[in-house]
Amino acid sequence: MTGAEPKVTLDLARESGLTADEYDRILTRLGREPTYTELGLFSALWSEHCAYKHSRILLGRLPTQGARVLQGPGENAGAIDIGDGWAVVFKMESHNHPSFIEPFQGAATGVGGILRDIFTMGARPIALLDSLRFGDPSDSKTRHLVTGVVSGISWYGNCFGCPTVGGEIAFAPEYAGNPLVNVMCLGLVRADQILRARAEGVGNPVFYVGNKTGRDGIHGATMASATFDEHAEERRPTVQVGDPFTEKLLLEACLEAMRTGAVVGIQDMGAAGLACCTSEMPARAGTGMDVDLSCVPQREVAMTPYEILLSESQERMLLVVAHGREEEIKRIFAKWELDAVEIGRVTAGGTLTARRGGQVVAHVPVDLLADGPKYTKSIARPAWQDEVERFDPLTLPEPPDYAAALIELCGSPTIASKEWTCRQYDQQVGTNTLVLPGSDAAVLRVKGTRRALAVATDGNGRQVFLDPRRGAAMAVCEAARNVSCAGGEPVGLTDCMNFGSPERPEILWQFSEAIEGIAESCRALEIPVVGGNVSFYNETSGRAILPTPIIGVVGLLEDAERRATQWFKGAGHRVALLGPESVSLGGSEYLWSRYRRLAGRLAPLDLELERRVQAAVRAVVRAGLATAAHDCSEGGVAVALVECCVTGREPVGCEATLGAGDRADLVLFGEGPSRVLITVEAPRVREFEGLMAESAIPWRWIGTTGGARLTLRVGTTTLVDTAVDRVERAWRSGFERHLA
Amino acid sequence: MPRAEPFGKMLVMRFGVVVFPGTWSDCDFHYVISEVLHQPVKYVWHRDRDLHDLDCVILPGGFSYGDYLRAGAIAGRSPVVDALRDFVAQGGSVLGSCNGFQILCEAGLLPGALTRNECLQYRCQSTHLVVDNADTPFTRGLRPGTVLTMPISHGEGKYYADPETLRELKARSGIVFRYAAADGRVTKAANPNGSLENIAGIVNPEGNVLGLMPHPERAAESAMGGTDGLLLFQSLLGSLVEDGSFLKR
Repeated sequence: MTGAEPKVTLDLARESGLTADEYDRILTRLGREPTYTELGLFSALWSEHCAYKHSRILLGRLPTQGARVLQGPGENAGAIDIGDGWAVVFKMESHNHPSFIEPFQGAATGVGGILRDIFTMGARPIALLDSLRFGDPSDSKTRHLVTGVVSGISWYGNCFGCPTVGGEIAFAPEYAGNPLVNVMCLGLVRADQILRARAEGVGNPVFYVGNKTGRDGIHGATMASATFDEHAEERRPTVQVGDPFTEKLLLEACLEAMRTGAVVGIQDMGAAGLACCTSEMPARAGTGMDVDLSCVPQREVAMTPYEILLSESQERMLLVVAHGREEEIKRIFAKWELDAVEIGRVTAGGTLTARRGGQVVAHVPVDLLADGPKYTKSIARPAWQDEVERFDPLTLPEPPDYAAALIELCGSPTIASKEWTCRQYDQQVGTNTLVLPGSDAAVLRVKGTRRALAVATDGNGRQVFLDPRRGAAMAVCEAARNVSCAGGEPVGLTDCMNFGSPERPEILWQFSEAIEGIAESCRALEIPVVGGNVSFYNETSGRAILPTPIIGVVGLLEDAERRATQWFKGAGHRVALLGPESVSLGGSEYLWSRYRRLAGRLAPLDLELERRVQAAVRAVVRAGLATAAHDCSEGGVAVALVECCVTGREPVGCEATLGAGDRADLVLFGEGPSRVLITVEAPRVREFEGLMAESAIPWRWIGTTGGARLTLRVGTTTLVDTAVDRVERAWRSGFERHLA
Repeated sequence: MPRAEPFGKMLVMRFGVVVFPGTWSDCDFHYVISEVLHQPVKYVWHRDRDLHDLDCVILPGGFSYGDYLRAGAIAGRSPVVDALRDFVAQGGSVLGSCNGFQILCEAGLLPGALTRNECLQYRCQSTHLVVDNADTPFTRGLRPGTVLTMPISHGEGKYYADPETLRELKARSGIVFRYAAADGRVTKAANPNGSLENIAGIVNPEGNVLGLMPHPERAAESAMGGTDGLLLFQSLLGSLVEDGSFLKR
């Protein structure tokens, strides 16, 4: 073994992020001390980021089965059968830690990583969505992060050529030291041509393809498995640097290679790079791998085996190729001017052997590497829960001027128009985007069929903080409701679980409750979870972020023509509100933006009612009755109505009367699940009423569209009567006013 | 060079869509030409020099060779663009959109340059274009002053030309499209990238090479929100049977 390498001791193991118990386990299984290179392998593969040490057991509670599921969790991405021989492949991943350290490259490589997860499955990526969370917009650091993250996403996605069609951005001070950058990607593949990350076939050659290996990103996975302190920015060298052009070539070359049928298995060299691929791929197939690191294309001199194995250089893949078809693969990669080098073989016996020239530098059982430790740590309900739940928002004063309060709320950075970001993203390349960003869900057609996909992401950290179980359950419902509003039947879900340190019992409680909430909603709505990502250690100097599960839901429209968007289409349409009356100001955007309070209880969630409301919405959209459909979320029904008025090409006014009984700010701005606005043209009102009668859900007519004013009444009292233009200006300018 | 002929009542024009490493509007153009216009179309690899069986070559959008130098700079010196010079000299039509326009300028097939957007950000949005010159094969079916709606998607679309080039361009009616308000007025507010005189698209003196920053292929089906982009193709196909000026070869 290499003479210059440090001697491996328990202290060194600790420095590498392993515990004494974990190190002991390695000694026992190997029957010797690991080499320095081997220690590096364990350090990376047994990191939280790769091994899901603290989450794997809890994640087992999520429902992952369904008639349409072609691939559940455990692969590069999940896959769902959408009919006509097509499958949609999708997944969401976080790139939070790198994006805080270096926002532009951190976000860009986040996009690059998720794109590779999709095309390793054989799918061509068709859409990206970004879920972003930042600290207080008034903080200059936030502005720097927003600008950097948005331009990083824009740069990578645009250059690669995958449209960014949706996502959300929200702000809360808890994210100041730890922004969230979660990226979701969808791709399409023929259902019988899905590829998997398995090293099948002893004797098959192993190919390294794509970018050369450098020293960038070494120990990125380990970095993402620790909390930040004031020295976080010193870790900039662990952030990778992206090259979207090479990624585009890699996409075309991989898809072309896959079409030959000569590719047996393929995995992206993402977190923990080559180490991860050379252990996970054989572990999944019950094989081993023997690779020569000196064959790995390198762009720096004198790299050690340790560095080559752990580098997180971007835009690289590991391919297992059918023996005898090496030349076909080489020819395709040469055409795209990419490296494709045979670095080893699939072996029997379940061991990863890494050599440098003639010298063995690592010799480890792949199952030991790939199947890291799993923990069930102690869980404790945080002491703060009782106090935040006890608060009654109705003890705060009512706003003296409701129009002013509404306008202010519409201009809050979380609610205001995100056009400033969207217009920096290509939204249409591929010419599939039927509904662009700005409605409840994006809709993408599936060319060659009548079908389309609706997709939305959602997550509300405030609600999850107040009640992790119900808040997370509500996030699933909302993402699914968004998809239903577009006319899509939810068929699959991916999640990205962003939490603080799982070594703290109260954080693990939040996580455990949130998983339970997601599982309950998924069971009730019959949506399988087919993949996702856990991001722990989102803490800076001991302060955790708001617990933030981000949910991505994909829905299927059998007929792309039968879809709906959220904006009013014209005057004289009747406006209906579907769903329950019950809402709450607890955790609401109104309570935060007006009173800076994060407290109270969430509105009740009735999952059976949620299911029926969504089914009713879809039935109405499919029948072609809905001229608009829009979910009520942040800002309550008042903000939802404003969004219907102002998000279309031309603003359309409306008047609406809402039920009396509760305090007016609760009625107008209170938030609660299962509520949807629908507009219907006058001649089709009876048909709509017939469908509603069948659906057995509460609903009521609340108003009519038209004119240039927005008029809102609660009972008989007119509380808002203002020019739509005025509200629109506040909504359009809010984001830039705070950030640009 | 064989020439396109009206085939019975059917107009047939043979299209080639150039693929550089990093091109991404290639599939979108291919789809519109084959599925919407029902014309024969094939992909042309960036190393190919053989364009003899084509009537119209499309240079699509994307980031050719990564555009890490200047947008279009490397592609402007590629084998296929080199071959394009003869193709153009013999009267073949070339339509360059987005990165394709940048490449045509870099290759010297069109005058001027496309520089970084004035806002220093990428811009993807719907724009209105007013037709200045309706006497090109690409705009023959339109009238001067017609307003078209097409999206843009670029980071380097700010057209620039030195005063003399601009004078020459105007003198020969080389400006084909300008960014405008919905009513056709050419205003500063309607200019999405800071282009000189709101220039969105120009044509060469012979009229057979058009470059524009907007994406006609994204406005070619009502499902995608509009069909104004099709008007360019339909004008081009119409040229096959009109006065024949397009076919002077």
